[in-house]
Amino acid sequence: MASYIVIALFSVGIGVGWLFRNKEKTRKNVDVAVTWAVYLLLFLLGISVGVNEEIINNFSRIGYKAFWLTFGAVAGSVLLAKLVYELFFKTKDKA
Amino acid sequence: MKGSLIILAFFAVGLVGGIYDVFPTWLLNEELTTYALFALMFLVGISIGSDKTAFSILRKMNLKVVLVPLTVVVGSLAGTALISFILSDISVKEAMAVGAGFGYYSLSSIFISKLSGPELGVVALLSNIFREILTLLAVPFLVRYFGKLAGIATGGATAMDTTLPIIVKFTGKDYGIIAIFSGIILTILVPILVKVIFEFL
Repeated sequence: MASYIVIALFSVGIGVGWLFRNKEKTRKNVDVAVTWAVYLLLFLLGISVGVNEEIINNFSRIGYKAFWLTFGAVAGSVLLAKLVYELFFKTKDKA
Repeated sequence: MKGSLIILAFFAVGLVGGIYDVFPTWLLNEELTTYALFALMFLVGISIGSDKTAFSILRKMNLKVVLVPLTVVVGSLAGTALISFILSDISVKEAMAVGAGFGYYSLSSIFISKLSGPELGVVALLSNIFREILTLLAVPFLVRYFGKLAGIATGGATAMDTTLPIIVKFTGKDYGIIAIFSGIILTILVPILVKVIFEFL
């Protein structure tokens, strides 16, 4: 449920932001607030991880998984990007 | 890069403090995280919505450019899904949710830990930070062997800000606009796709 509220707030935010598009100062303040909200949430995530012994004891395994998922995501994106580039974007001046 | 170090520092302080039990228990309250997440998402929305250059770029785009973020979505999700078959302890769904972070580690890790628990949240945090770092380091090489969209593709959501300078440097200014466009679309898609993956797969 909460995640639907999150997506709804996100969409409403985009609309509200559009109204503020000419207010430079508001935009700057919003960006500062975003940064601090991220700091707060990552700090809280850190605590919830720190008190969770199962995660702490498996940290190297978690890093290992993260590494391979990065590899998969990057390899998949780059290979497909090569195909899309060759098919649709490459200029034909060398033909 | 500096930004991700500060974020990691906040995470690390929380982590170490959590291990040694130095924080009051009210900081672990679920509701605090939920409301902070509500505030964050609303603010991120405002930040995207008020970006005038973003909208003018969107207006100038032709249809072909839509292929670029689509490539990143399909490539990232397919790649992470394949990796989940090699790793014994992660499901296809979890792997794809991490892949759907597209390098946007702050938001994806928070959102995923909310939907699935802190363990996968940490996987998402690390994996998507790795993605940004890898992009910063490997763009010259990737562009050389995989064409001019390669940097935009690895950059994912970060192609609109943190990795944009390096992408522009190695693929040219004309690709800078495509990078920003792709980054904006992917940034908007992160919370939506993560939710869809957990809900419907």
